[in-house]
Amino acid sequence: MSLQIERLKVHYQTLRGDVQALDGATFAIKDGEIMGLAGESGCGKTTLGYSLIHLAPPKKFIEGCVMLDDEMLPIWDADKMQAFRFSKVSIIPQYAMSAMNPTRKIGRMTSEVLASRKIRFNDLLPELKRRLDLVKLPQDVLNMYPIELSGGMKQRMVMVLSTLLNPSLLIADEVTSALDVSTQQAVAEMLVEFRDREFVKSMIVITHDISILYQIADSILVMYAGKSAEKASTHTIINSPLHPYTRLLISSLPRVGAKHSTKRLSGIPGNPPLLLDPPAGCRFRDRCPAAFAKCGQEPPFIEVKKGHHVACWQEAGRHA
Amino acid sequence: MLKIENLSKIYKVGTFGGQELHAVDQISFEVGDRQVVSLIGESGSGKSTIGKMILGLISKSSGSICFNGTETSSLKNGTLKEYYRKVQGVFQDPFSSYNPIFKADRVFKLIREEFFPGMDACAWEEKVDTALKAVGLNPENVLNKFPHQLSGGQLQRLLIARALLLDIQLLVADEVISMLDASTRIDVLNLLADLKARGLSILFITHDLCLGYYISDQSVILYRGHILEKGLTEQIYGDPLHPYTRMLMDSVPRLDRKWETAPVEFQAEKLNHTAGCVYYGRCPLAFDKCREKPVLVEITKEHSVACWKQVEIR
Repeated sequence: MSLQIERLKVHYQTLRGDVQALDGATFAIKDGEIMGLAGESGCGKTTLGYSLIHLAPPKKFIEGCVMLDDEMLPIWDADKMQAFRFSKVSIIPQYAMSAMNPTRKIGRMTSEVLASRKIRFNDLLPELKRRLDLVKLPQDVLNMYPIELSGGMKQRMVMVLSTLLNPSLLIADEVTSALDVSTQQAVAEMLVEFRDREFVKSMIVITHDISILYQIADSILVMYAGKSAEKASTHTIINSPLHPYTRLLISSLPRVGAKHSTKRLSGIPGNPPLLLDPPAGCRFRDRCPAAFAKCGQEPPFIEVKKGHHVACWQEAGRHA
Repeated sequence: MLKIENLSKIYKVGTFGGQELHAVDQISFEVGDRQVVSLIGESGSGKSTIGKMILGLISKSSGSICFNGTETSSLKNGTLKEYYRKVQGVFQDPFSSYNPIFKADRVFKLIREEFFPGMDACAWEEKVDTALKAVGLNPENVLNKFPHQLSGGQLQRLLIARALLLDIQLLVADEVISMLDASTRIDVLNLLADLKARGLSILFITHDLCLGYYISDQSVILYRGHILEKGLTEQIYGDPLHPYTRMLMDSVPRLDRKWETAPVEFQAEKLNHTAGCVYYGRCPLAFDKCREKPVLVEITKEHSVACWKQVEIR
């Protein structure tokens, strides 16, 4: 087990009370697994990703346990996390385009980042150059400023930089969303190659685009309103999802070959609940076509088949 | 309805504006009555520039944009206002389309002040109600609210309702759903399809091929300011002829098929745009002839492509 997260709760402190953005996420990732994390905006997927890296106010750690390679991650303590950040857990941030220091040449910035981890730049330079070749960036980029690179090049540079110390877990937050389709494919397949070459052991790919996950992820965790809704292998999630939310979400995606005149798709009526004071019980209840009395209680996230976890009373009843 | 001929937009770039950048280069297409035409292209293809030129937000460099037979650049004051009664736009980011310090329905008030100054309050309210219901919103839920109190889908639908208050004939929808969540985007897309059934023409600008296929009758594939392929949507998606279109079709992430082809190389050869096919540097099929600029040739009645290879084959 590379990463194991249990009942992780992270809230945002506001003047009007706590926003329960992440309210009990439980899942595990195996070595070499690429897990996709999907959901609507505001479902807590980015909060989850960032909590594993840098949990700072207004984010507030409530409870939960994060084990990485049988070691407890002290995510509630930003100082203690320093030992893990970048070397054990690393992130490709959402806006990688603007993640680099614009006033430094990329090589100098890299050496400064490494110096903060007490690593000499020259020791890693050969490996760095090998990886630049791998992502098809010219080695000259080290003498360039970020502004001289295109969006796709910056994205790849940040990828190389984030994985330079071979972290055990890489969190990739919306890495492909701002790219063109052709570049998107290349960057996505590069993530897979980084895993295959064991630069990173396992990966969480956060995105709202499920079709990208279908291409690269081994498993998908669907989140809804701060809770895990369903986790299973990619094939299962796409082809035979169990949770009503996943089902509606998958069926609302337009595919090539679907036209409104022949096959009209429908969205999910309603809106996600406000997380400032969320309703008790299943948070999808108000929008769920299959809701019944029991949904007033909170559904447990249970394994209904091997490797297939669902938080829904319908399924819990069927497999009890 | 809308006829675009040899439309170009040239930007001056470089230190003293010494170089020229052809953002849109000699583009011609038409939007017919009750038609949805999608402009599909990656960033830098000039698709938004075309939309902005149609809406008169930026000036064109050459060519013509004719709306119902009238050249739009000749429109002034009164006639221009009439044009805006018929043509309106909705843009990508619903959150920044509103002024956050005013209530969201201020966009309706502005329309009333500008276009319907004589209308009495009751009739206006009814008109707003009808428009809101047409876009599937409950007036009670959205009126008198600030933009931050509404969701992206609601804000986007308010903007479409705002356009419907005028008796528009053409809606320029520039990436209207790319910022919305999967569960709400399909509702906005269906809304556009319904509007088409009510007699509206839509210019649908997008980078997402699946969305383009879902809604449009005609498609135009753009690359670096040039039309590479245009025609009936079914024909383009069913039988893509241009190597660029094929590459797009292959690399778009789909739910029914995994990627098979190797990803395309990142680096495109820089090529002076006047010297030939814009796709020359990245094209796997390029041959000598491609150093000349290809022209758009009709393959079938409803399908044209700008590629020398296709000309050679036939």
